[in-house]
Amino acid sequence: MAFITANWNPLGDAFYRKTELYEMCWNIRDELKDSLVATAPYGGPIALLREPHRRSPSSRPQLEIYSASGVAIASFPWKSGPVVHLGWSVSDELLCVQEDGTVLIYDVFGSFKRHFSMGQEVVQSQVLEAKVFHSPYGTGIAIVTGSSRFTFATNIEDLKLRRLPEVPGLQGKPSSWVVLTQDRQTKVLLSIGPELYVLDNTSCIAVCPPGLSQAGSIVHMSVSFSYKYLAVFTDTGHLWTGSSNLQEKLSEFKTNQTAAPKQMVWCRRPKSQQPSVVLMWERLLLVVGVCNDTIQFPIEEQSVLVGELDGARIISSTHQELLQEVPLVCQDIFKIASMAPGALLLEAHREYEKSSQKADEYLREIKEQNVLGDAVRQCVEAAGHEYDPDTQKALMRAASFGKCFLTDFSPSHFVMTCRELRVLNAVRDSSVGMPLTHTQFKQITLQVLIDRLVYRQFYPLAIEICRYLKIPDYQGVSRVLKHWASCKVQQKDLSDEAIARVVCHKVGDSPGVSYSHIAAKAYECGRTELAIKLLDFEARSGEQVPLLLKMKRSQLALSKAVESGDTDLVYTVVTYLKNEMNRGDFFMTLRNQPVALSLYRQFCKLQEQDTLKDLYNQDDDHQELANFHIRSSYREQRLEGRLSRLQSAVDEYNKAKNDFAAKATEEEMRLLRFQRKMDDEKGAGLLGLSLQATMEALMSLGLHKQAEQLYKDFRVPDKRYWWLKLKSMAEKEEWEELEKFSKSKKSPIGYLAFVEVCMKNNNRYEAKKYVCKVTPEQKVKAHLAVGDLEGAADAAIERRSESEMGAVLSRCSASDRLLIDKLNRARVAATKK
Amino acid sequence: MAAHLSYGRVNLNILREAARKELREFLDKCAGSKAIVWDEYLTGPFGLIAQYSLLKEHEVEKMFTLKSGRLPSADVKNIIFFVRPRLELMDIIADNIISEGKAHSSRDYHILFVPRRSMLCERWLKEQGVLASFTNIDEYILDLIPYDGDLLSMEYESAFRECYLENDQTSLYHTAKGLMTLQALYGTIPQIFGKGDCARHVANMMLRMKREFAGTQNQILPVFDTLLLLDRNVDLLTPLATQLTYEGLIDEIYGITNGYVKLPPEKFAQKKQGEASKDLPTEPKKLQLNSAEELYAEIRDKNFNAVGAALSKKAKIISAAFEERHNAKTVGEIKQFVSQLPHMQAARSSLANHTSIAELIKDITTSEAFFDNLTVEQEFMTGVDTDKVNTYIEDCIAQKDPLIKILRLVCMQSVCNNGFKQKVLDFYKREILQTYGYEHMLTLNNLEKAGFLKTQTGSRNNYPTIRKTLKLWMEDANEQNPNDISYVYSGYAPLSIRLTQVLARPGWRSIEEVLKMLPGPHFEERQPLPSGLHKKRQQGENRTTLVFFLGGVTYAEIAALRFLSQMEDSGMEYVIATTKLINGTTWIKSLMDRPESQMP
Repeated sequence: MAFITANWNPLGDAFYRKTELYEMCWNIRDELKDSLVATAPYGGPIALLREPHRRSPSSRPQLEIYSASGVAIASFPWKSGPVVHLGWSVSDELLCVQEDGTVLIYDVFGSFKRHFSMGQEVVQSQVLEAKVFHSPYGTGIAIVTGSSRFTFATNIEDLKLRRLPEVPGLQGKPSSWVVLTQDRQTKVLLSIGPELYVLDNTSCIAVCPPGLSQAGSIVHMSVSFSYKYLAVFTDTGHLWTGSSNLQEKLSEFKTNQTAAPKQMVWCRRPKSQQPSVVLMWERLLLVVGVCNDTIQFPIEEQSVLVGELDGARIISSTHQELLQEVPLVCQDIFKIASMAPGALLLEAHREYEKSSQKADEYLREIKEQNVLGDAVRQCVEAAGHEYDPDTQKALMRAASFGKCFLTDFSPSHFVMTCRELRVLNAVRDSSVGMPLTHTQFKQITLQVLIDRLVYRQFYPLAIEICRYLKIPDYQGVSRVLKHWASCKVQQKDLSDEAIARVVCHKVGDSPGVSYSHIAAKAYECGRTELAIKLLDFEARSGEQVPLLLKMKRSQLALSKAVESGDTDLVYTVVTYLKNEMNRGDFFMTLRNQPVALSLYRQFCKLQEQDTLKDLYNQDDDHQELANFHIRSSYREQRLEGRLSRLQSAVDEYNKAKNDFAAKATEEEMRLLRFQRKMDDEKGAGLLGLSLQATMEALMSLGLHKQAEQLYKDFRVPDKRYWWLKLKSMAEKEEWEELEKFSKSKKSPIGYLAFVEVCMKNNNRYEAKKYVCKVTPEQKVKAHLAVGDLEGAADAAIERRSESEMGAVLSRCSASDRLLIDKLNRARVAATKK
Repeated sequence: MAAHLSYGRVNLNILREAARKELREFLDKCAGSKAIVWDEYLTGPFGLIAQYSLLKEHEVEKMFTLKSGRLPSADVKNIIFFVRPRLELMDIIADNIISEGKAHSSRDYHILFVPRRSMLCERWLKEQGVLASFTNIDEYILDLIPYDGDLLSMEYESAFRECYLENDQTSLYHTAKGLMTLQALYGTIPQIFGKGDCARHVANMMLRMKREFAGTQNQILPVFDTLLLLDRNVDLLTPLATQLTYEGLIDEIYGITNGYVKLPPEKFAQKKQGEASKDLPTEPKKLQLNSAEELYAEIRDKNFNAVGAALSKKAKIISAAFEERHNAKTVGEIKQFVSQLPHMQAARSSLANHTSIAELIKDITTSEAFFDNLTVEQEFMTGVDTDKVNTYIEDCIAQKDPLIKILRLVCMQSVCNNGFKQKVLDFYKREILQTYGYEHMLTLNNLEKAGFLKTQTGSRNNYPTIRKTLKLWMEDANEQNPNDISYVYSGYAPLSIRLTQVLARPGWRSIEEVLKMLPGPHFEERQPLPSGLHKKRQQGENRTTLVFFLGGVTYAEIAALRFLSQMEDSGMEYVIATTKLINGTTWIKSLMDRPESQMP
């Protein structure tokens, strides 16, 4: 503990430290020298392609993938074309850029995922150099070809190649170049000798770093992690640093080294006091601060630099170290003779553990300045920045100790840091090998960390972390299980049965795990039977359907769609089946699914009338067939067509044993023929009228005989016919005819109707003629209808009907005094009885 | 905004607000000025959720009705189609887009499917080659629309026809989804009862959907204690009868659509003093009817015969209130009077409106034709001579009364007689075909298929048993101060509501026999609640039941349920939901098929 500052080196007014992360687990010697190396930031995996240029087929180069701690993950001989560049995507996929512009993508376990090309013209001109970069859109690739043209894509997931304009005067590749992402725009910054150009989608502009005094050739460039800063190295040994938009200069430094460095990276951290650029040569590591102060480290072995958000990692064949500016809070606490509150608290706690009363003195001092809260906060924060668990513990204990003397201090920061440190220590462990700093962890978020553990198939650890940090199942455990299951179904050495069983056992009913998703994965790997087994566990039948269709299990898809109750889904499957099957099979399938069948009928009613007919035909549904013919008969433009349709309907109704409908339709045909005949002969304009309306029209045309004919032919009930005649004659004021008609036989509709119809046609005189014929029950009503109150009163009194007397009374006006008295008396008499 | 939705036992405004929020979010997704192209069918239901002002706030500048051909010109950035997922509408949209061509290349097109998007429709659009023209394709989940403080409707007009005639259960899927949304907002409903095939289907889907969400527990304290799902075909009789409540009669005579009624204007002419009312308004008077109007809330569910008294009582109160001004002496008193004026004036105009409506209705209800019709209906309901051809119907046919009236009566007779003898049925059918035209063959066929018309098949008529057991006919219905639900039909107690009433007390076990006579299964399901959500009922606190009528409900039935809610000793409050508010006429109309002749 006392030596915590032993590895601190001053740089300007700040300190830099180099912390050992791992003793590397791998077993390599000089391979770093003659291999293509790809290292991923945020403690990601490392890929090595040994001797990439050895082309004889007998000895293929070997591609090896290691965790950041050097644990071998995969190794296989490279069988494709010569590789120019290796790089890692944001989701831990390895991108191998070949000379011919093909980019092959492998997952972290070395299994091939997919490939794409950087453009047809590249095949000819070949890729000279390539860079993989991370942009706000995802992972990007930029290449420069033998014809000195640049092409890039900003997101390999949504590949859109952009070929940049020609660079005037460029032969071969530029002496150095970098990719910049500024204001959501991606550009290339390149140098040709001493000149510097910015190349974007539309133009190539010469630029000059402000204040670059020495005009040697630019041989190396580097942009910072955030793309905000640029470092430029010239062959005169000058290092220029400034903003990447070339508006501002930070510093210029002469290194006394004329050879271009092997690697040059920025070493900064958020809220950096003293950012620096790290340059690496064969035997020297030089840290140049913008204050022009430097630190030199000798290098004993081949090493690789990895720029990070808050520092730089140095990987050699035996060790891995993190070089970073010591965070301010750590400086405050650990700087020798520091009087910062955190430093005092740490000291106080140390004394307390020794049971020394000095603890109290220190505490008193902090409390007198009223900074105990700050002290605790400092210790917690510093613990986050420390890599060594013992130091973390010491700081956290001190914080916890300090907290005891505070009354209302929110513990959440303390608790959260404890938990996060525990997670970080777990993933930093050499067996996992993710040397994330707390700052990096906060940047990538827990979600991404879990994703990365999942990519690496550390499922138990990921689940452990989710549970420990109490992440809602949806985002946590379920997501991990989903990945696990998707991976499980790809295991070729297990039987379908076994996999289905183990998946079901582990996943169970976890919310948010979609079995259809897992099944889709299984299907992708060619395990259809397994996919079907897994789909059975899916509770949402709607989710099962699309995959079942894809797997050509359409019958099963149909029954699942029906089960879901979602008619839209049923329709979807039905239209799918219709295209897929021959008609006979399609109809048979529908027959077994009544719900689907009726939906399809609905569809046909709107869109495919003829199919509808075929459907009914197949089912021998004669009733519906007949109805179908009836419906279509109305669409016929000509009478003959209509009649033949109706005849088909009659036939079908007969087959359906629907005698009534068959007869009625025959009647309809007879009527139509009759109407046509009358229209032709007399121009009566009857076609399309109902039977009743036809008779009415005939009567009003005076064609009584023909009306009579219909009455007989169509066996029209007497009642209706009488009504018809009565009304027709009254309307035409054929009163004599009417009277004759009334006497032709006993009226089936009674005689009140005659009275009312006459009155309706304003003939009281005629109306009165029929009053006497009315049955006794209707007498009162008839008298009232013709306005004969006295007659009504007499009839009512005769019938001794109280309610009828009341009805008459309600019609009497004040002038009918006598009548009213008479009725009232009769009423009283009636009630007495 | 919609205060009347929050008065009830269950605050339905929550549902409305959720719907409005979703609408706003969608509109904001389409940045810039907008024009909406409406599926005409949707405008009414949408009016219950959002007025034009809300749309306007979100840059909706124009509105059109969906029809074929070129879109009307509009200088807007976005064209949004609000449509139901139906293929025939997709054809129109495709036609619109194709006719538009390249004219407005900078324009964005969007589709909002109501109530949910459809793979079928999207495929259809794709086949027409226009799917790629749409920037956003989204769904607006609007299943249950808050209609009043205790009433939800899906406004799904064809639901009954689709379910019982065409075996298309789309509406039931929407119902189940709607009930899931409702439960998400108001908590899981612990008990589900149901009667009928559709009810069973809906309940099955709900339980299945709940399983699909397994793992995510609903943590809302349940508002509803019970859900009762009722198939309309369990009670075909009730909607056929003429409703006799105030609101029911307004609907029977003038038709209420989406909460609005259009009335003949003559009675509403503004009589300004000193001005002869020369020019009568010709536009129908459009009135909104809901419980936000105090007077209407008071009288809507009364038997019409009790409305007159209520109106005159109200008139006295209002004029007394206006008289108060003479007693106002001090400045303070006058100020207080003035502050009440707007409320009083609103009450006065509301009174004037309803007095006019009541007069209009009274003209009809006192007519002989209305009386005769009602007499026959009541004869049927009491089982008088239902097995013979009815003379009144015969006469009506001979007089060529409107066909729907005839169909209502014939269907009613058939239902009350559990079907006709073959001879009687054939007679009616022949009369109808000969008088109104053979094209009604299809309609008659539909009515037979849906069970309205049938022949007696051996089994005896069980309607009298049902009537007696459930006390469907009450001889001494009190219209003024009702003590039983039978007041809504002046004697007939709606079968559907009796079932609801018996379920609450003493329970369906007491009427097993009758339930077996009615079509479809009856069932009970329980949805377990997570511990901690079990209600601790206060002493005397009422239980709440959601009654869902699959295939429609009438205003009279709603009135009967409200009556039950208000009964002091019932211990149960009802919230009503349905696929559509219906009456006998709209209902029968939805089952009609009338091919138009193409012959010249």
